[in-house]
Amino acid sequence: MDTREKDIENLKDYKYGFSTDIENIRAPKGLNEDVIKFISNIKKEPKWMLEFRLKAFERFKLLKEPDWQKPKYPKIDYQDLYYYSAPKSMKDKPKSLDELDPKLLETYKKLGIPLQEQARLNGIAVDAVFDSVSVATTFKEELTKQGIIFCSMSEAIQKHSDLVKKYLGTVIPTTDHFFATLNSAVFTDGSFVYIPEGVKCPMELSTYFRINASETGQFERTLIIADKGSYVSYLEGCTAPMRDENQLHAANVELIALDDAEIKYSTVQNWYPGDENGKGGIYNFVTKRGLCKGKNSKISWTQVETGSAITWKYPSCILKGDNSIGEFYSIAITNNHQKADTGTKMIHLGKNTKSKIISKGISAGYSDMTYRGLVDINSKAKNSSNYTQCDSLLMGNKCGAHTVPYIKNKNFDSNIAHEATTSKISEEQLHYCQQRGLNPEEAVGLIVNGFCKEVLQQLPMEFAVEAQKLVGISLEGSVG
Amino acid sequence: MTDQLKIDFEKTIKTSAISDSDAKLKRNFLNKFIANGFPSKKFENWKFLDLNQIIKKNIGELSFYNDYSSPSIINKSIFIDGLEHNRIVFINGRVEKINFDFEDKDKIKIIENSKPESKLENDNALINLNSAFIVKNYKILIKENYHLNKPLIVYHTTNNEIKSKNINLRLEFELEQNSALRLIDFSHDTSENNFINIFYNFDLKKNAILKNYKIDKMQNNNIKYSFNNVNQNENSISETFILSAGSNFLKNEINCNLNGKYSSAFVNGIFTLMNNQQHEVRTTINHLTESTKSFQLIKSVLGKESKSVYQGKIFVDSSAHKTDGYQLSKAILLDETSEFDAKPELEIYADDVKCSHGSASGSLDENSIFYLMSRGLNYKQSKELLINGFLLDVVEKITDVEIKNLIKNTIGLN
Repeated sequence: MDTREKDIENLKDYKYGFSTDIENIRAPKGLNEDVIKFISNIKKEPKWMLEFRLKAFERFKLLKEPDWQKPKYPKIDYQDLYYYSAPKSMKDKPKSLDELDPKLLETYKKLGIPLQEQARLNGIAVDAVFDSVSVATTFKEELTKQGIIFCSMSEAIQKHSDLVKKYLGTVIPTTDHFFATLNSAVFTDGSFVYIPEGVKCPMELSTYFRINASETGQFERTLIIADKGSYVSYLEGCTAPMRDENQLHAANVELIALDDAEIKYSTVQNWYPGDENGKGGIYNFVTKRGLCKGKNSKISWTQVETGSAITWKYPSCILKGDNSIGEFYSIAITNNHQKADTGTKMIHLGKNTKSKIISKGISAGYSDMTYRGLVDINSKAKNSSNYTQCDSLLMGNKCGAHTVPYIKNKNFDSNIAHEATTSKISEEQLHYCQQRGLNPEEAVGLIVNGFCKEVLQQLPMEFAVEAQKLVGISLEGSVG
Repeated sequence: MTDQLKIDFEKTIKTSAISDSDAKLKRNFLNKFIANGFPSKKFENWKFLDLNQIIKKNIGELSFYNDYSSPSIINKSIFIDGLEHNRIVFINGRVEKINFDFEDKDKIKIIENSKPESKLENDNALINLNSAFIVKNYKILIKENYHLNKPLIVYHTTNNEIKSKNINLRLEFELEQNSALRLIDFSHDTSENNFINIFYNFDLKKNAILKNYKIDKMQNNNIKYSFNNVNQNENSISETFILSAGSNFLKNEINCNLNGKYSSAFVNGIFTLMNNQQHEVRTTINHLTESTKSFQLIKSVLGKESKSVYQGKIFVDSSAHKTDGYQLSKAILLDETSEFDAKPELEIYADDVKCSHGSASGSLDENSIFYLMSRGLNYKQSKELLINGFLLDVVEKITDVEIKNLIKNTIGLN
C-alpha cells in the first residue's frame, strides 16, 4: 500500500476516532451557578475570575439561542451536558512530562503530537488540551528566556493574573452573543500567549485540542497578546473520538495586537465529522475575534476546515489602529452530510486600514456550505480598502454552495471590491489530467489543491503538508 | 396604528361592493399584516433600510382609507411627448383611464377583478397590506402571437389632495405565447409624505417577451415600495430597467421565477441620489430548471447624505443545470456622508452552473479626473463626464432603441 492509500484507509475509519480509557473527574451534569463555582474552585481561581464567570452566566440566562444560520441542528439541552471533565491524574498537576499519565502520552503519540521534547521533530512548542484541561506545554524554558509566556489558561489566571485581567473579555465581552457568553461562564482551559515588546517568537506555537469523554462540551478559551513590535505565529489542531451523539465545542479565541505587532493564527480543524449518514460528529460553534488595537498592527487568520458535523464560525478582525491590516484565508471542505456556515467579519475603524479575504469552499456528497461575511467600513476609516474573493466548487448535485456577503461602505475615500464564483471541475480538466496518467481521484486531488493554493501557501510549512493531504482525503469517494 | 387600520379597513369594505367571502379573505390578509406591522430591520430583507422607522420618522401616523367614489381630472401636460403610447393613468391610487388606442382591440383583454390573491410563496407583509386594501384590480391579457404596436405607459400620479395616506396599486399581466409587451412605469408626484405600495404580477407564457422600464425621476417626499413578481415559461425573456432617483424612499423588489427551459431574466438599474434619499433594489432570481440565464447590473452615484442598497440573490435549484447567473453592483460615493450597502447572495444546489457576482464601491478615480483636466476640461466637467460614462454603461443595456433614447433624455445623458 502506498502512503496515499494508507491515508485513505485511515480516513475511512477517521484515524483519530479512538477514545482513551482514562478515569475522569467531572463536574455534576447541568449548567447552574454551582457548576460554575465548582469549575472555578477546582481550578483555584481568584475571586475576580469567578465574578467574571457569574456575570457572564447572568447575561447568558437572558439570551436566546440564535437561529439565523443556514445549517439547522436539533435543539441542544444545555442541562444535559458535563461542563468539566478532566483526567483524574491531572488533579495534582504533574511537574514534568515524566510524571504524566502514560496513557495520555500514548494518546498524543497516536495523534502524532510530539509532547516529549526529546521526540521532537520540528521544534514546535505545543500546548495540549485534553477535554477540559491543558495537559502539557513543551519548550517552556526556551520561551521563558525571551520573556514569552506560553502556558495554559488556568496557569495564566494564577500566575499572570494582571495580564489576563487586563485583556480577557476586551475583544469578546461577556455581553457578546449566546455561545460566546456561555463560554465566558464555563470555559475550562485553553492557551495563553504573551509576546513581550519587540520580541519575534522564535518558533511556531501550537495547541492541540482533543475531546475524549462523552457527553462533554469543550469550552476552551485562548488569549494571545502581542505587545508592541512583536510577532507570533500560532497553530491550532483539533480531533475527537467517534461517537454517535453530537458533541458541542464552543471556544472563544481573543487576539490582541498592539502597535506594530503581528499575529498569524492558523487552524487545521479536523474534529470528527460524523459517519457517512450524518450520525454523530462535533458541533463546532467557535467565536474567534482579533483586535488590531495599535497602529500598523496586523492579524492574519488562516483556516482549513475539514471536520465537524456543523462548522459555524467567523474569525473576525476589528481594525481599530490606523494602518492596521486584517487578513482571512480559508478553505472549507464539506462531504457526506457535513454542514458549514463560515466566513469572516472585517470591521474597519481606523484610517488607512486594509483587509483581504480569500475563501475557498468545496462541497461534495450531501453537504451544504455557506460563506457568510461582513465588510464594514466606518465613516472615520478614511482611505481604507478591502478585497474579497470567494470561490466555491461543487461536486455532484446533492450538495449546496452559498455565498452571503454583507458589504457596508460608509466612507467615500474607501474602496471595496468583492468577487465570487461558483463552478465545478470541468470534464476537460479531468480529461487532461487522466490523459497524462493520473487516476480520477488523483486528478481531483490535484485540481482541488490547485484551487486552494492561494490559501495553502499561507500556512506554515509543517501544517501545509498535513493540510494538503487532508484536502485530498476529505474528498475521497466524491467523484464518479 | 392597529386601530386606525381596522377602522379604515371596515370603512373601505363598507363603501365598496365587495362580496362577503372576499371581505373575509381580505380580513385574513389584514390580520397577517397587523401581526408584524411594517417591516423593520428585525427582518433580514429590511436589515439595511428599516421601513417601520422611516415611516415613523417621515410620516408619523398613516391613514388607510381612500375615497375613490368620484373621478379626478387628468392633467394631460404630464404625458410623455414625442413617443406614441397606450396608457393607464392612476391618480392617487384610483384607475382613471385605460386606453389601448394604438392596438388591435381583439388582441387585448382587460379583466376586472376584486378577488385578493397573492400568488407568492413567501409571505410578504406589504403585499398582504396591498391585498387587504385593494378594491379593484385589473388584469391585462395579451393574446397569442400579438406584439403591441406601441409601448404601454402606466402613469403613477399623486396630487396634493392626499397627505399621510397609504395608497395601494395593483396590476396583473398575462402574456400568452409569442406575445410581447413594452411597459413603462412613470411616476409623477406633487403630493407629500404618503406611502405608496405597488404590486405587479406577470405571467409569461412560452416565447413571450416583457420589457419593463421603471422611471422614478421627479423629486418628491413620498415613500414607495414596488414589487414585481415575474413567472416565466419556456424561452421567455424579461427585461427590467430601474431608474431610482426621485422619491424620498423607494424600494424595488423583483422576484423572477425561471420555470421554463431557456428562459432568461435581465435586471439593470441606476441610482442617482442626494439629500437624505434612501433607495434599494432587491432581486431574487430563481433558476428552477435547466439552461436558464440571468444578468444583473446595478450602478449608484451617491451624493450628500444619501444611501443606496442592493440585495441580489441568485437561487439555483438542484435540477437547474447549465444555469448562467451574473450579478454586478457598483457605486460611486461622492460625499463623506453617503453610504452604499450590498448583499449579493448566491444559493446554489447544482454543480454544472456558471454563477458569479461582483461588487465594488469607492470614490471617483482621481487619476481619471487628472487625465481629463490635463486635456482642458475643468474639474466639474471632468467629474460629470466620468459619472455619465459610468451610468451610460447601464442605459446602453436597454434593448429598445426608442425607450433607450427616452431614458437618456430623462436623465440628461447623450
